[in-house]
Amino acid sequence: MKKIEAVIKPFKLDDVKEALTQAGIVGMTISEVRGFGRQKGHTELYRGGEYTVDFLPKIKIEVMVPDEMATKVTEIIQATAKTGNIGDGKIFILPVEDAIRIRTGERGNSAL
Amino acid sequence: MRIGSRWSWRLGVCGLALIVALAGKALSQDKPAEKPADAAAQAAAPAPPPKPDPGGTATGTIADVPAKEAGKPTLVEVADAVGHNRVAINIMWTLITGFLVMFMQAGFALAETGFTRAKNVAHTMMMNFMIYAIGMTGYWIMGFALQMGGVGALGTLGGTGVLDSEFTITLFGKEFGLWGTKGFFLAGSSYDVAVFALFLFQMVFMDTAATIPTGAMAERWKFSAFFIYGFFISMITYPLFANWVWGGGWLSTLGKNFGLGHGYVDFAGSSVVHMVGGVTGLAGAMVLGPRIGKYTKDGTPNPIPGHNIPMAILGCFILAFGWFGFNPGSTLAGGDLRIAVIAVNTMLASAAGAILAALYMWVVYGKPDPSMAANGFLAGLVAITAPCAFVSSFWAFVIGAIAGVILCWSVFFFERTMKVDDPVGAISVHGTCGAWGVISLGLFADGTYGDGFNGVPSTVKGLLYGDPSQLVAQIIGPVVNFGFIFGASWLFFKLLDATIGMRVPRDVELEGLDVPEMGAHGYPEIQGPPTLVHGMGALGSARAQAVPARVVAPEGGR
Repeated sequence: MKKIEAVIKPFKLDDVKEALTQAGIVGMTISEVRGFGRQKGHTELYRGGEYTVDFLPKIKIEVMVPDEMATKVTEIIQATAKTGNIGDGKIFILPVEDAIRIRTGERGNSAL
Repeated sequence: MRIGSRWSWRLGVCGLALIVALAGKALSQDKPAEKPADAAAQAAAPAPPPKPDPGGTATGTIADVPAKEAGKPTLVEVADAVGHNRVAINIMWTLITGFLVMFMQAGFALAETGFTRAKNVAHTMMMNFMIYAIGMTGYWIMGFALQMGGVGALGTLGGTGVLDSEFTITLFGKEFGLWGTKGFFLAGSSYDVAVFALFLFQMVFMDTAATIPTGAMAERWKFSAFFIYGFFISMITYPLFANWVWGGGWLSTLGKNFGLGHGYVDFAGSSVVHMVGGVTGLAGAMVLGPRIGKYTKDGTPNPIPGHNIPMAILGCFILAFGWFGFNPGSTLAGGDLRIAVIAVNTMLASAAGAILAALYMWVVYGKPDPSMAANGFLAGLVAITAPCAFVSSFWAFVIGAIAGVILCWSVFFFERTMKVDDPVGAISVHGTCGAWGVISLGLFADGTYGDGFNGVPSTVKGLLYGDPSQLVAQIIGPVVNFGFIFGASWLFFKLLDATIGMRVPRDVELEGLDVPEMGAHGYPEIQGPPTLVHGMGALGSARAQAVPARVVAPEGGR
């Protein structure tokens, strides 16, 4: 079992969700996060004064998938979240020990 | 949901049927009603049934003039009715425009709160809200009497001239009116409809001035100090200056006494209301000092963005709407048809101010900054407030346009040169552009209006239309305004600072004033304790009650 964590541009969320759902992913968790990578921040203007926003708003998607799905899911995310510009985000793949469905107590892949 | 909507559809049909049935009954009632009429006709002469007047042309006739013999009023009775109607129109106008000005309090509340940070919303809103109540109380106790106690007979509002007592001193053989001495608590002989109408109108003007400094002093002012200030401005500084200009005081008689045009003329309050507010805000912001983080050590200013631009711009629109009461209402006469010119001048100046401020920012800084454009919109309104009744639409537009640019310069002057932190731009919008407004009257008043204004025959003319002495009076006014208002307010704020303290402690300012000063967050679901965010059910509220300390002092600055 793998956990795919993707930090993407907020306006790409709908596309990514749509593509993952069509590929058979039935659940995901998202959160609104802030951060920076190579893109760094950007400057904004208020009443004639410039200021730097270091941490830009991003969306973090977390998807748990069976091992054999991991590659496909990362490919889908990379393809749909890509704009080609700096700041498109990153994808992380982590091993997951187990999963439990709270309602039934099912474990492993069947709990996903 | 399906069943519910089907049922509501059926209910709707039933309701419609009921209305049709009732209407049918009401229409059919015309016929049975004829029966008793017929019975009466046998006893007396036949009276025609009352006819409706859907076109409105037959409503309001000689029969409606109050007369001893109905339908045959005497000349005196007709003249009485005309006089009563004239005053009725004027009092109605004064009251309704006063209601519009009252709504400007909402505009100020939204504009100031939108231009400041989310951690202080409850505090900023509360100042804008409570000034209405505090100011009104102080004005009722004493402010109105000082301002208007010697104004004399109110031409357009009728009334009996009960406000007839002005305290004066004699200098250079001329009388200088300083303050009125009648009308305290609206008691005694002030219990008069004309006086009450005037009170309402003048009260909302005073409250406009009183709420302006809360913007310049926002995000760091102790609420207790603000509370006392509310009485100070409504009972002392505002009424005194307003007396000098509108209450028959010495600035208004500069024309009669010293031949300076029509004396100092400020039609609707560029200086009396706005400059008083802006200059008081300047004194307060200087005593308070800038917000933490506004300036770096070398003195460079940092932008502190307001938390809600839509809220702020909605507030500005509400202010502009209220201004249709502020300026046209200042005729105190719905029968003075100059109100059409005044209303158009008012809106044109606001347009010019917004366009020029936006263009200035666009050209100089690259973007048409929304908060500065909104400030420019108000700057145009503030500037046209004094000259609105005396200038043509062309000059109204020019006055607003110049105000839009002066506003930008003024904001940067106070922020960068003077190092005065004014979160919402109140000092520049109301102070600087208020002064520009009264001076512009001395330049552009075109002599089409104001015959007999301030007791001086002939109409009001500015420098461009042949009366340089008017411009002299228009310069004396703002100089006196700045000297008196700044001096008195600065002393008052310094005194407050030395006694109860003006500024909140550093940790309070960093955390946000809402909880330490007001007891609760303005946006509890965003900034409040997590129990409130997630536990919206019974558990959440039970916990909040069980641990009240969390509400008073939440951990950290979320």
